[in-house]
Amino acid sequence: MAAPRKTCVEIGGIPIALSTCDEGFLDLLRQRYAGFLSSSLPEFELEFDLTSAGPASDDDVRVRRNVDDDEWILERGDFRARWAPRTGRGHVRQNANPYSLDSVLRILHSMILAERGGFLLHAASAICDGRAYLFSGVSGAGKTTMTRLAPADITLLTDEISYLRPSADGYAAFGTPFAGELAKAGENCTAPVSALFFLEKGSENRVDELSPAEAVRRLMRNILFFAEDRGLAEKLFATACDFVGRVPIRRLMFYPDARVWDAVRNFDRNFERKVARNNERNFARNFQEAPEHA
Amino acid sequence: MPENCIYIARSSAIAARALAGEMMVMNSADSTFFTLNEVATTIFQAADGHTPLREIVRDKICGQFDVDPVQAQTDAEQFVTELSSHGILLVSSQPLSSETNREAP
Repeated sequence: MAAPRKTCVEIGGIPIALSTCDEGFLDLLRQRYAGFLSSSLPEFELEFDLTSAGPASDDDVRVRRNVDDDEWILERGDFRARWAPRTGRGHVRQNANPYSLDSVLRILHSMILAERGGFLLHAASAICDGRAYLFSGVSGAGKTTMTRLAPADITLLTDEISYLRPSADGYAAFGTPFAGELAKAGENCTAPVSALFFLEKGSENRVDELSPAEAVRRLMRNILFFAEDRGLAEKLFATACDFVGRVPIRRLMFYPDARVWDAVRNFDRNFERKVARNNERNFARNFQEAPEHA
Repeated sequence: MPENCIYIARSSAIAARALAGEMMVMNSADSTFFTLNEVATTIFQAADGHTPLREIVRDKICGQFDVDPVQAQTDAEQFVTELSSHGILLVSSQPLSSETNREAP
């Protein structure tokens, strides 16, 4: 039997080695994640065994912890995987379907991110003027529409699954190969998150405030997380609250034409002006309240 | 259950965070999510398993909010019943053990 061969796929700055004895599958891996292949030292490794398995359906995915073996079991009709966080190694049995592959990687990344204060969000994301904007919502809310309407100077990170990690000054969004209706992988790049918009199609372009509680509620509803684990769920909740405290979150009602991107650009400019005004006011108040000989 | 015998404690299966003056509570067993108003937050934070609900209403609610004591007690019992049905609060006619308690941040 041939020795397994590896390729390293780095999404969100997390390099994972994927190994298989099947040359055809290795080619598939390299083609599918072409923009995300990496020469970095892998942090984790997944070994693939190909098998015939049932159809894929996100509805019946199950992710549970096997306490005895200190590992996670990831199961769906079309794959079964074991993952040991302590060693950073896992084993996947699946068919050669690239959708199965995507699903296994998404689940694995969602678990790694949960431990590191990040998350995968059911959202399109794109870089505009050096800042990342996220567009989330239920299916049909307009995620793919927003990416189709994007002007030429916009860099698409994903039209389906956004990848978010905490950074020194907030959160950073990364491109992912996980495509939705657009059937096009995102660019492998990153930018600081400027805002998250929850989309609703309407007759005009309008940005509305959301209360922090409503923002957390909507965020939690759209975070991709499959593990049946109380500790990780609590970490994710804490992360969602932190995200809401650090990133502007709004509802974006939009009429689906290119002008919606003007609203996005203007939001950022208006938000920066508002923050600057508040800072000036705070400075003025502090200045007035400071004791004369302080 | 007579009203003077109600003891309440926060479940160990929850996570709670205060954000912009609102308390958000998640049942981590099923990821259901609740937002508590100011009065509900006061009851939730006082749910130590040892203080009777009637005392919480008298000292914390009637002491801090402009409410009718009888109405406050009725509303508190309703609130406690609802949150216990979602696994957020534990309710007992006896003081609850400390292992079920966890400080809300």
